[in-house]
Amino acid sequence: MTDTDKAAGTPGTPPAGPEAVKAIPVRHYGRYVSAVVALALLAAIVYAFSQGKINWGAVPDYFFDHRILTGVGKTLLLTVLSMVIGIVGGIVLAVMRLSKNPVTSSIAWFYIWFFRGTPVLVQLVVWFNLGLVFQYINLGPLYKDEWSDFMTPLLTALLGLGLNEAAYMAEICRAGLLAVDEGQTEAAHALGMSHGKTLRRIVIPQAMRVIVPPTGNEVINMLKTTSLVSVVQYPELFRYAQDIGQNSGAPVEMYFLAAAWYLIMTSVLSVGQYYVERYYARGSSRSLPPTPWQKVRAHLTTFSSRKVTA
Amino acid sequence: MSEQPSTTETARKRDVPMVRAEGVHKSFGPVEVLKGIDLEVRPGEVFCLIGPSGSGKSTFLRCINHLEKINAGRLWVDGELVGYRQKGDRLYELKDSEVALKRRDIGMVFQRFNLFPHMTAVENVIEAPVQVKGVSRAQARERATQLLERVGLADKAGNYPSQLSGGQQQRVAIARALAMDPKLMLFDEPTSALDPELVGDVLDVMRDLAESGMTMVVVTHEMGFAREVGDSLVFMDDGVVVESGHPREVLTNPRHERTQSFLSKVL
Repeated sequence: MTDTDKAAGTPGTPPAGPEAVKAIPVRHYGRYVSAVVALALLAAIVYAFSQGKINWGAVPDYFFDHRILTGVGKTLLLTVLSMVIGIVGGIVLAVMRLSKNPVTSSIAWFYIWFFRGTPVLVQLVVWFNLGLVFQYINLGPLYKDEWSDFMTPLLTALLGLGLNEAAYMAEICRAGLLAVDEGQTEAAHALGMSHGKTLRRIVIPQAMRVIVPPTGNEVINMLKTTSLVSVVQYPELFRYAQDIGQNSGAPVEMYFLAAAWYLIMTSVLSVGQYYVERYYARGSSRSLPPTPWQKVRAHLTTFSSRKVTA
Repeated sequence: MSEQPSTTETARKRDVPMVRAEGVHKSFGPVEVLKGIDLEVRPGEVFCLIGPSGSGKSTFLRCINHLEKINAGRLWVDGELVGYRQKGDRLYELKDSEVALKRRDIGMVFQRFNLFPHMTAVENVIEAPVQVKGVSRAQARERATQLLERVGLADKAGNYPSQLSGGQQQRVAIARALAMDPKLMLFDEPTSALDPELVGDVLDVMRDLAESGMTMVVVTHEMGFAREVGDSLVFMDDGVVVESGHPREVLTNPRHERTQSFLSKVL
């Protein structure tokens, strides 16, 4: 390369290559018009909100109120625990659904049919009122109590959200398990691995690539759905925000505050999802693209090296 | 396994064929794929199965480690029935765990490699010894390094399958099967999915393995390999054994008309 470069021209003139195409690019006037229209609409909406009778000052006043922070914590707790129930239940149901045993696969089918087919709000209320059916809970020598004492608001909320979630997660997991090539199971069996080991070591890790993205969706959905559990008397972010709103005379402002907190939490979760997806993508593509953070660091190092050469 | 069998036992074992099939039938629904296969694979032998596609070669191979259940006949590996236990004149199906136990001793190499894509080459090789046999990771890793060296891929140990060529993946797959110290190796068209220039590397590894005395059953379209390395050869067509004998004999002097027409197309 350097030889040809030297031969190509005297110092000062660029190396002779094919002449670059010089043409006047097409003007996309439509794009300018649509951009202006969109910006104008956005400005109008922002203006309307700024002129409305909303006391924006109340939002920062209560943003880190201890009740709000407690609510945030409880919302996160509910989300995490319900998702754990949902994911574990979902895997169990998916395996049941794919099992050769017609009884277990029918039961799983029925479960999914029922819990996916009824609104989660209705399910929550039913769990809350199940004391009408069962007066006592009696697990033999292990546990015995009155149903109303056993079914705390937290447990009601967890069962309502978690069992409903399990039905959705079951379908997601089933899709993931079916997406793994049958040759993988055969290879594992040929090596003498048991069904369980094959599932745990070979199939599930590969299924995760298909399972994680929709599960991320489900987590974000769950975080928002937790706002429904105020109907079973479990206080979380939305309920606390409502309470403060009623007492402080700034109800709408508190809804905005809650919305902001939900947005913050879902944004953090999206970042987490990005990294979990990368983890399960290992081995699937020849080299993974750098993370945003790695890009920033790479830019920093190139800047510094430029300084050195300059 | 580790203790040395006595000489008389070895002598007795010599007489037991590694694989014996008697009237093996296999159907998929209404389609009868194997229509009564009889054959014997001696210990230490390289046994080649050739024939047109759809002739049932791969299905028969898969019956040997019970990936397919046979419908009729008997199949023995090293003197033991495959998939069943005989008590008196009754057959009892083996439990999954018992089948798995027997599969430990039978290595299998697939046409499409079937490496575990979420594990590096060396992790693929150590997976079964660690998970199935309970070998320590360090010990398994040491052995895996030797095996990868043997198949010429010591420098690729840390690569994921997607970062390897087809020929390299297949050689890792062979190392993975060897890591379980099998007494029998099954090869299901190991070079059919490879670019022509990569076939040689895989065949070299198989030739080396044959020279080490491994019993191998090879379903293949590589007539050159069958002629040079094979000790026995069977030509199958339409679910039956048409012709069998020494590879050189069958390949150069096919007696049966169907064998002749098949060989005239592939050679």
